[in-house]
Amino acid sequence: MSNLMLAGVLLMLLALAYQLGLTRSRKLTTDLSGQKVRLHSRPVYHGALVAFWTVVPAFGVFLLWRFIQPGVINQMIIAQLPEAIMAGMTDSDMRVFLRRITHLSSGFGLSDQPQPHELQAAELLSVLQVRGHALMLALMASLAAAGLYFSWQQIHPDLRARNQMERVVKVALIACSSVAILTTIGIVLSMFGEAMRFFAFVNPMDFFFGTTWNPRFQTAGTEGQTGFGMLPLLWGTVMIALIALLVAIPVGLMAAIYMSEYAPSRVRSVAKPIIEVLAGIPTIVYGFFALITVGPFLSSFGATFGLDIRATSALTAGVVMGIMIIPFISSLSDDIITQVPRSLRDGSLGLGATQSETIRKVVLPAALPGIVGAILLAASRAIGETMIVVLAAGNSPVLTANPFEAVSTMTVTIVNQLTGDLDFASPQSLVAFALGLTLFVITLLLNVIALVIVRKYREQYE
Amino acid sequence: MKTVKLSSERLGVSNKQPSGKIKMSARDVKVFYGESEALHGIDMDIYENEVIAFIGPSGCGKSTFLRCLNRMNDTIDVAKVTGQVLLDEQDIYDPSLDVVQLRARVGMVFQKPNPFPKSIYENIAYGPRLHGLVETRREMDEVVESSLRRAGLWEEVKDRLDAPGTGLSGGQQQRLCIARAIAVSPEVILMDEPCSALDPIATSIIEELIDELKGSYTLVIVTHNMQQAARVSDKTAFFHLGNLIELNKTDEIFTNPQDKKTEDYITGRFG
Repeated sequence: MSNLMLAGVLLMLLALAYQLGLTRSRKLTTDLSGQKVRLHSRPVYHGALVAFWTVVPAFGVFLLWRFIQPGVINQMIIAQLPEAIMAGMTDSDMRVFLRRITHLSSGFGLSDQPQPHELQAAELLSVLQVRGHALMLALMASLAAAGLYFSWQQIHPDLRARNQMERVVKVALIACSSVAILTTIGIVLSMFGEAMRFFAFVNPMDFFFGTTWNPRFQTAGTEGQTGFGMLPLLWGTVMIALIALLVAIPVGLMAAIYMSEYAPSRVRSVAKPIIEVLAGIPTIVYGFFALITVGPFLSSFGATFGLDIRATSALTAGVVMGIMIIPFISSLSDDIITQVPRSLRDGSLGLGATQSETIRKVVLPAALPGIVGAILLAASRAIGETMIVVLAAGNSPVLTANPFEAVSTMTVTIVNQLTGDLDFASPQSLVAFALGLTLFVITLLLNVIALVIVRKYREQYE
Repeated sequence: MKTVKLSSERLGVSNKQPSGKIKMSARDVKVFYGESEALHGIDMDIYENEVIAFIGPSGCGKSTFLRCLNRMNDTIDVAKVTGQVLLDEQDIYDPSLDVVQLRARVGMVFQKPNPFPKSIYENIAYGPRLHGLVETRREMDEVVESSLRRAGLWEEVKDRLDAPGTGLSGGQQQRLCIARAIAVSPEVILMDEPCSALDPIATSIIEELIDELKGSYTLVIVTHNMQQAARVSDKTAFFHLGNLIELNKTDEIFTNPQDKKTEDYITGRFG
C-alpha cells in the first residue's frame, strides 16, 4: 500500500470515526424512557475526540516507523554479512555498500556487475522492507481499531469531551511552535558540525583573524599562497552594511517622521504602502538595478569630481542595499513614533513648542529605543543580503578601506564556495559553513539586541 | 532678566485680586468636527486673575471650548473653529498671530498627567529653554526651583531633580505638569479636568494649589466634580449639548440657579 493511499485511508477513517462519535452522542441526548438528557459536551466534541483517538496514534506509529525502520534494517543486513567481507570494510566502504544494495533491491541496477554477497543482501533488504511495511500496517490498523472502539465506548453524557479537545488543541499548538524552534536548532547544529569539520583543516585563529582570502587548491609551487582569513570578507560585509545604513537611516527616519507627524491621513494611506512596496521587490531585481543603473551613474558622477569609482564597488552595493532597507526603517519607526502617546505631544505643544521642536525634543527621544531596534533589524537584514552584493560589489576579497573599490562579502563567498564542481569534504567548500555560522551568530546577536531594546521600550508606555 | 524678576515676585505672597479687567473673551465661537457642530456659538468673558470653572455632562463641549482658548484644537485635523476669541483685545485666531507665543501666554494642564520621559529638572526647563527665557544655568536653576515651589512639589523632589519625571506618583506628576506650565510665566492657565485621574488626597492637594495660584493667574478649569467647582472657583459656567446655558458667580449658580437645566444638573437629576 503506497503512502498516498495510506493517507487517503487515514482521512476516510477520520471522517468515519467523527460520524460514529457524533451519532452515538446524539443518541444519548434522550434516554430509554424518552427523557431529555443534558450532555456535558456538544456532539461535535464527542465526534472530534473519537476521530482523534482513531487516527492520531496510528499516524504517530507511521511517522515513528518511517524514522526507525531504515536503521534497523541496515543493522540486520550488516549482522548477517559473512565475516570475511566485513573484515576488509571501512566506514565509507560500508556506506557505498548500503547504497549499492538499495539500488539493487529497488531495481535501479548498478553500472558494474554486482557481487554475489551484494545480491544476497539486496534480496534480504527487499524481504525485510516488505515485512516491515506489513508489520507497520498491522500495528496501525490495530491501534486505529482499538482507539475507535475504546473512545466510542467511552461516550457518555458526563464525558468531558470538550475539555479533552481543548487539551488536544493546546498540544497541537505546542507541536507547531516546536517545529519552528527545532528547525532553527537543527540548522545551527548542522552548520556547527560542518564548520567543525572545516576547523579540522584550518586553524580557527587563521580563519577568524587571517587577512588573506585565497582558498585555492594546493598544488606544487603554490604552498603558502592559500589563505582562509575571514577578515577581508567580514570587513566587506561591514563596510557595505554601513554604507547602506548611512543611506537608509536619514531617508527612512525622515520619511517616517513625515508619515507619522505631518502627512494628512489621505497622503499617509497612499504613501505608506508605496514605500513598503520597496521591501517586496526581489533582491535580484535590485541587483540588476545596481549593476545597470546605479553603478555606471556613480562611476560617471565620481568622474566629474575626478574620483575613480568603479561601477561595481562597495559604494554601489551599499547605496542600493540602503534603498532596499529604507522601508524596514521607515515602516517600523513610523509605527513606533505613532505609538508615542498623544498626551506627550499635547504637553509640548501646550507649552508653546513648534511641531518640529516637539518632534526633536519629545517624540524622538521617547521613540529612540524603538528606532534603534528598527535600525538594528535593518542592519541584520543588510548583513545577510546576498543577491545585490553578488552582482554589484565586484567580488574582490581584498582588505581595503576605500569604498570605491570592489570588495566581497561573506554571503557572496558562501555562494562562490558552494557552487561549481567541488568536493564537499574539502576545506574549500566546508569554509562556507564556517562563514555561514559566523554570519548567523552576528545577525542573531543584532536581532537579540534589537528585540531587547524594543521590548524595553514597549514597557515604558504600558 | 525679566523672568528672574518674575520668579522672585512669585516667591512672595501675591495679593492680586480679580481686577475687573477682561482677560479673554469669546464671541460666537463654533467648533465643527468634520460635518457635525460641537459648539453652537459661545459668548463668554473671562476676567483677569479670576478662577472660572466649566461644568456640564460628558460631551457638552466644555473641553472643546477650553481647547479653543489656546488653539489646541489646531492639532486635531478635522476640527474647525469659527468666531472670535480675544486675549487682551487681540484676536488669537488672527493669521498674523504666532500660535507658539499664544500658547506660551495661555498655558495648559491636561487631564492625564503627561510628564516628558526626561528628568524632573528637564521637564521644568523645557519651556523656558524653548522660549529663551533664561540665559545661564543659575537662572534656570532659579526658575526650576521657584516653579516647583509654586506647585508645592519642591520639598518632595529637591533631592532628586535628576530622577525621571515619569517615576513620580500620579498626583506629583500632575503638580510637575502644573510647575512646567508655570515655568514659562503664562498669563492664563487652562486646566482640563486636572484631577480626574487622581485619588482624593492628591486631588485635595491640587485644589489647594489652585487656591494658591488664584490671584496670580487667570485660571480656567474644566471639571466633572461639582464640589470641586464650588470649592475652587469664583465663577462657574454650565455647558449643555454644545451651548453655554448659564454663567454666574459660583455661589449664585449653586444656591440660586437661573436656568432649569442648571438646577437639574447640579441637583444630580441628570448628567
